[in-house]
Amino acid sequence: MSIYWELFIAFLKIGALSFGGGYAAVPLIQEEIVTQRAWLTMGEFTDLITVSQMTPGPIAVNSATFVGLRVAGPVGGVLASVASVLPAIILVSCISWLYFKYRSLAGLQSVLSTLRPAVVAMIATAGVSIMEHALWPTDVVALDHMSWHLLGIFVFCVFALVRLKWHPIAVIIFSGVLNVVAYGISLLFAGVGGL
Amino acid sequence: MAKQLELSNSSGSTSSDITNKKEDSHKKRYSHILWQLFFSTLFLSAFTFGGGYVIVSLMKKKFVDELGWIDAEEMLDLIAIAQSAPGAIAVNGALVVGYKLAGFLGIVVAVVGTLIPPFVIIGVLSLFYTAFRSNFWIALLLEGMQAGVGAVIAAVVFQMGGNVLESRDGLLILLMGVAFILNAIFQVNVLFIIGGAIILGIIRYWHQKGRDGA
Repeated sequence: MSIYWELFIAFLKIGALSFGGGYAAVPLIQEEIVTQRAWLTMGEFTDLITVSQMTPGPIAVNSATFVGLRVAGPVGGVLASVASVLPAIILVSCISWLYFKYRSLAGLQSVLSTLRPAVVAMIATAGVSIMEHALWPTDVVALDHMSWHLLGIFVFCVFALVRLKWHPIAVIIFSGVLNVVAYGISLLFAGVGGL
Repeated sequence: MAKQLELSNSSGSTSSDITNKKEDSHKKRYSHILWQLFFSTLFLSAFTFGGGYVIVSLMKKKFVDELGWIDAEEMLDLIAIAQSAPGAIAVNGALVVGYKLAGFLGIVVAVVGTLIPPFVIIGVLSLFYTAFRSNFWIALLLEGMQAGVGAVIAAVVFQMGGNVLESRDGLLILLMGVAFILNAIFQVNVLFIIGGAIILGIIRYWHQKGRDGA
């Protein structure tokens, strides 16, 4: 069996079975590329997850790109990445087609109106889990472990978005730079204090 | 294709006598939509730090607030669709917006736009990822950006949650609260929550229909 075909099938499977997205896919990816096919060692896989957390882009796509490039070069990278999103392309097309065809029906209207608050709740949950990681970097969720300067950055960012109407991407970049600058200033003060 | 276009073009004419000129301007508008879609997904995908949900806020800002191509309620429906298929929310969210704006070709354009940034970033990083992973300043930058991403998601939740509260529909408000508690505290899988909300909607529809009939 050609390596391209094997890459394609492996990531097609990952793409088709990773319901819930994000970290739900990690055990599945591990099973396919570490345990079954040994394309990566467990150490390399852990590094890949860490880098995925630090970069934009979903873990499934990132691992497809990384493994594909490693195992079969640029063609392998493209092939594996496309395979990882192919099931989603097919399913989302079908559901979207049904939605736009039938959404004006009274019954579906009623269902959609109860679905929307649930979607807001899911977005809120994603926000809470990100805030947990941001405010408690040590993973101990307690008041005395809270990172106060990150809370300050968060509060300012909300203000900038809601009141000052900053663009979200400007806010994201600004928050990162602010954290670096804040650390630089704290070093400066520590230096002065130490003298 | 023209039908897809009219879906997204609120000011578009629906008159049947389409002249050549009009067809031309439709074509132009269609390619304009595709380009806008490509650059938006390309740009937004590069900023989906922190688990992908942030793309919901970014796409809402772009396609609902700035361009007005999608309305706010529809955006929530599209997220529900994205969430009910397998795969990452960042990719599926772009897919469903692509479909809404330009049909199947829109999906292809959105996928290509969404895949390029992570592909390039991982491709470059695969060469020196241990150095990247252990760089102190990059870690500091990313730590701050998490707080920013949290704020972007919080802002969109305030807005969308505010709309639900404004509806003054007790059941929907209760549902939002219960769904949040189930998902955030009891970590119930989103597929069950979507399924539960759908069942509740069906029951409510039958109930109302029965009452109207009586």
